[in-house]
Amino acid sequence: MALEFRSVSKRFPTNAGEELTAVQDVNFRVEEGEFVSAVGPSGCGKSTILSMTAGLYQPTEGEVLVSDEPVTGPNTHVGFMLQKDLLLPWRNIISNIEFGLESRGVGKDARRERAMKELKHCHLEGFDQQYPYQLSGGMRQRAALARTLAIDPEIILLDEPFSALDAQTKLLLQNSFAKTIAEAGKTTLLITHDLAEAVLMSDRILVLSERPGTVIADIKVDLPHRDEPIKRRTLPEVADYAAQLFKLLKLEEKAA
Amino acid sequence: MAQRHMTTIVSLTLLALVLLAWEILPPALEVPRFIIPTLSDCLVEFQRMWAFEGLWAHIVSTALYTVLGFAIGSLLGAVLGYLLGMSAFWEKVLSPYILALQIAPKVAFAPLFIMWFGYNSIPKLLVTVLIVFFPVLVNVLQAMRTVDRDLINLARAYNLSRFGIFWKIEMPSTVPNLMAGLRIASTLAVIGVTVGELVGGNTGLGFLISYGGGQANAAMVFNAIILLTVIGFVLYSALVRIEERVLHYLPKAHG
Repeated sequence: MALEFRSVSKRFPTNAGEELTAVQDVNFRVEEGEFVSAVGPSGCGKSTILSMTAGLYQPTEGEVLVSDEPVTGPNTHVGFMLQKDLLLPWRNIISNIEFGLESRGVGKDARRERAMKELKHCHLEGFDQQYPYQLSGGMRQRAALARTLAIDPEIILLDEPFSALDAQTKLLLQNSFAKTIAEAGKTTLLITHDLAEAVLMSDRILVLSERPGTVIADIKVDLPHRDEPIKRRTLPEVADYAAQLFKLLKLEEKAA
Repeated sequence: MAQRHMTTIVSLTLLALVLLAWEILPPALEVPRFIIPTLSDCLVEFQRMWAFEGLWAHIVSTALYTVLGFAIGSLLGAVLGYLLGMSAFWEKVLSPYILALQIAPKVAFAPLFIMWFGYNSIPKLLVTVLIVFFPVLVNVLQAMRTVDRDLINLARAYNLSRFGIFWKIEMPSTVPNLMAGLRIASTLAVIGVTVGELVGGNTGLGFLISYGGGQANAAMVFNAIILLTVIGFVLYSALVRIEERVLHYLPKAHG
């Protein structure tokens, strides 16, 4: 299922009574099964893009389309994950994974079966009865991915899901997410400020400008091993792509 | 484990020393027993109260109204807290009045309630309900305001209804604060009942305090205070046990 933004702008009223333009005239399309990253300076409206795709709020202008249908509210096609794992601390892991299925009329036994399958996919066998506080940060993020996959969304939105993890856990988790997502063939939009992460995990990278955010470049990452960032990491071209992003974001000028 | 034994031993030793001082010091300092009765005076008086004053009935009455007032007051406080927590509008409209009522000394309402309802058990129940109500209300309301917005957005993205969001996200998120409110309320419930019984009526440990005070029977007053403390302590401990059960999913500070 494809995701498309057509001339999308979003303005928020501020406390001072003025309007703040978060994103301005954003256009892009993510094809079915594609993995696209959005990078940009902080406050460029990355999370606004995510919230509009999830249907949590509507664009002020333009249209967000999922499978060529306009998004008018929270819908069953989209699953999202944030930097915070958002696991419910009072539920054990397996019923956390089931959480998204409960409002979808899935029976109790079917829910447990689906959740067990995703638990396995995300390499969390044996942790089904544990509570979130008993798991490490990386494992909690895997549980959050399992919960997202359990509802079988067509589109997965990832909002910096690795940014709170230590460097090694991050690499391993990027690898396992990439593999799981590639196997499931999900359309994915990753929002990140980690340029290397964008290069390692994506088919394409959207570069956003400072606020009001708009797409200033659309880079195709022409490298193999999208499903294995750890392998892609060793390719020499990775550095070139990162340098290109570095330049587009004018990081050198900012450092000066 | 050795640490725990140590604290228990020191704690009990301290208790024994205080009891010993209580028994020995007043006569040694020639304090009359109607000012400070000794431990043994109190025990003798306890037996007398048990035999001739119907002490057991008084204890049961006070315990009953403490629990009843606590239950009704916390239920009302929690329900109103959740309702206001779901409506920012009504919370803003009512919050100055809630604050005013919270600051007002609730026990001062006791004589008023006696004027309105007479010398029966309603006034003491009302005072207890009123005094218990606010800490629970305020704790629940505070917790409802601070429920993680991202969790609510997650629930919305999963198509949960308004009630579903309340039942599966807001309600469980607020349980730690609710339990803290209940713990505070349990200690206040004893105060509410005691004041109600002090001011009017002829049953309960609060009544025995004013009765004993009127007869210059300090031992009776001492005993009633100790028994009230025991009732409060039992209620509080029960809540702590329930809290440990309910909040098992929170990481514990001591493994």
